[in-house]
Amino acid sequence: MTQLALVIDLNVCVGCHACVTSCKQWNTSGAAGPLADFNPYDGDPTGTFFNRVQSFEVGEFPNTQTVHFPKSCLHCEDPPCVPVCPTGASYKRAEDGIVLVDYDKCIGCKYCAWACPYGAREIDESRKVMTKCTLCVDRIYDPALPERERKPACVLACPTSARLFGDIHDPDSAVSQAIRDNAGYALMPEWGTHPANHYLPRRKTQRHVHADELERADNPLKIDGLLPKPAKTEPSLDDVTSW
Amino acid sequence: MNPAFSVILLTTLLGAGQGLFLALFTAQSYALFDLLPQQDSRSFYASGSLTALALLAAGLGASFFHLGRPERAWRSAAQWRTSWLSRETIVLPAFMALVFLYGVAHWFGWKPVAATLPAGIAIDATLVLGLLGTVLAFLLFLCTAMIYACLPFLREWHSPLTVLNYILLGGSSGFTLATAFAALAGSGLSRFFATWAIILTAAAFVSRGASLLRNARLKPRSTLQTAIGIKHPRIVQTSHGSTGGTFNTREFFHGRTRLFLRSIKWLFLVAVFAAPIPLLAAAMPGPAPAIALLAFAIQYAGLLAERWYFFAEANHPQNLYYQAIA
Ligand code: SF4
Ligand code: SF4
Repeated sequence: MTQLALVIDLNVCVGCHACVTSCKQWNTSGAAGPLADFNPYDGDPTGTFFNRVQSFEVGEFPNTQTVHFPKSCLHCEDPPCVPVCPTGASYKRAEDGIVLVDYDKCIGCKYCAWACPYGAREIDESRKVMTKCTLCVDRIYDPALPERERKPACVLACPTSARLFGDIHDPDSAVSQAIRDNAGYALMPEWGTHPANHYLPRRKTQRHVHADELERADNPLKIDGLLPKPAKTEPSLDDVTSW
Repeated sequence: MNPAFSVILLTTLLGAGQGLFLALFTAQSYALFDLLPQQDSRSFYASGSLTALALLAAGLGASFFHLGRPERAWRSAAQWRTSWLSRETIVLPAFMALVFLYGVAHWFGWKPVAATLPAGIAIDATLVLGLLGTVLAFLLFLCTAMIYACLPFLREWHSPLTVLNYILLGGSSGFTLATAFAALAGSGLSRFFATWAIILTAAAFVSRGASLLRNARLKPRSTLQTAIGIKHPRIVQTSHGSTGGTFNTREFFHGRTRLFLRSIKWLFLVAVFAAPIPLLAAAMPGPAPAIALLAFAIQYAGLLAERWYFFAEANHPQNLYYQAIA
């Protein structure tokens, strides 16, 4: 079994929105039809996006952290959005675990959007069908693309490599290792949706200096402490050598 | 959630139509055992079924306005194994067909006897059709309510009370309408229907009141902390990731004040329960079509408010990602 997924490293995401724009560019140009925009250059612009980056401020000044938080469909392993769909337009692929919408079957009833706790689905107001992240299913298997480009557009665009892509059911994949080694977690685990996408937490590199580390532990007799301490006025070693 | 007027109309119209049909068939069952006088097939059962059918058809029509692609609506019968919405789209036309047949059988007096009970009571075709229709009416209530009750994270809806409310509220509006209909048809049954309408309205008050109390005490299971997976009591959202509104801000927020919500709640408590009961009681002594119609009009308007509140009250966990609005 394969379950493709994104792993998003909140520790490196700088909130540049490169993934948002590249996602929009790729998915609005595809065979599935454009992602509509309304009033793009006017007041109150709106449009369909598969991926959005939100920002949060955690903590109280001065101990605050800005967390940029990219959010798209998490391709849940037990997706609540799929069984509710009356037409079968929403489905989860058995071969790679991608959750997709068949735009030719969708009646635009929005029930699946209600059934997604993460708000990952958006109706396209011009095509009147439900849309969501496809994990760039039209890229990742395309033999016309060079091997290294067979990845979702957002992953290729990220300048800090905050987005990893791979099979989380393969224990040796880079994504599985990242989840294991860097405490990857799932969003809203309380609903049992088992999101395939994981997030890597913010991590601080900290060094604790213990009191006993300030003294030489291999000097039990404290011999250096017995050495005569030269007075401040006496010439230092440098003075002596250059003397 | 942002209440959609099409769905409000759909659920309330269907409820009244189902309730009216159930009222007609209740009267027929009572009459079978001579507990009520026999009614005229055409002016009572057939035209009553037609009224119920009109309500159901109006509800079905309203549902199409909720779809982005109504021309594909037929596809929605596909996933009846998993989706309550799909089940509803199968049960509704089936129920409408039975109401139609029930009315037609009464209109043409098509009453071949299917069986005879020990006391010599004949079970004719209209009774069989009515019985099947009753089963489907309850199935339809179940499907409609389960569409909402089956979503675990919409906790205001995820309760057996939702199903009970749909049955009792639909039933009370249907029996109130039946009271008015019986008075208009001059059938002398308005006292019978009014009694049942009062009982059902009172029962609906208890169950709807229970769900209001339950929902007022719900503690959110998801928090901003579980939504983004960061453990800190103070998290402030600084960007929604969009300049203007999105589908997520339009679909899941009603954008009204608390005061507005509370006013709607009291409005529907008065219009659905408090006002119709005395009116129905006033309509009991004799045929008083005007009072009974008024009771139905007030109760139906109240149900529109009740359904609006039902949707607005549900707090979707995705709203956690839109803190500036939530
Ligand atoms: S994130 Fe939402 S839309 Fe995506 S699979 Fe999970 S429930 Fe479905
Ligand atoms: S909006 Fe489309 S994909 Fe979603 S539940 Fe309705 S038919 Fe299925």
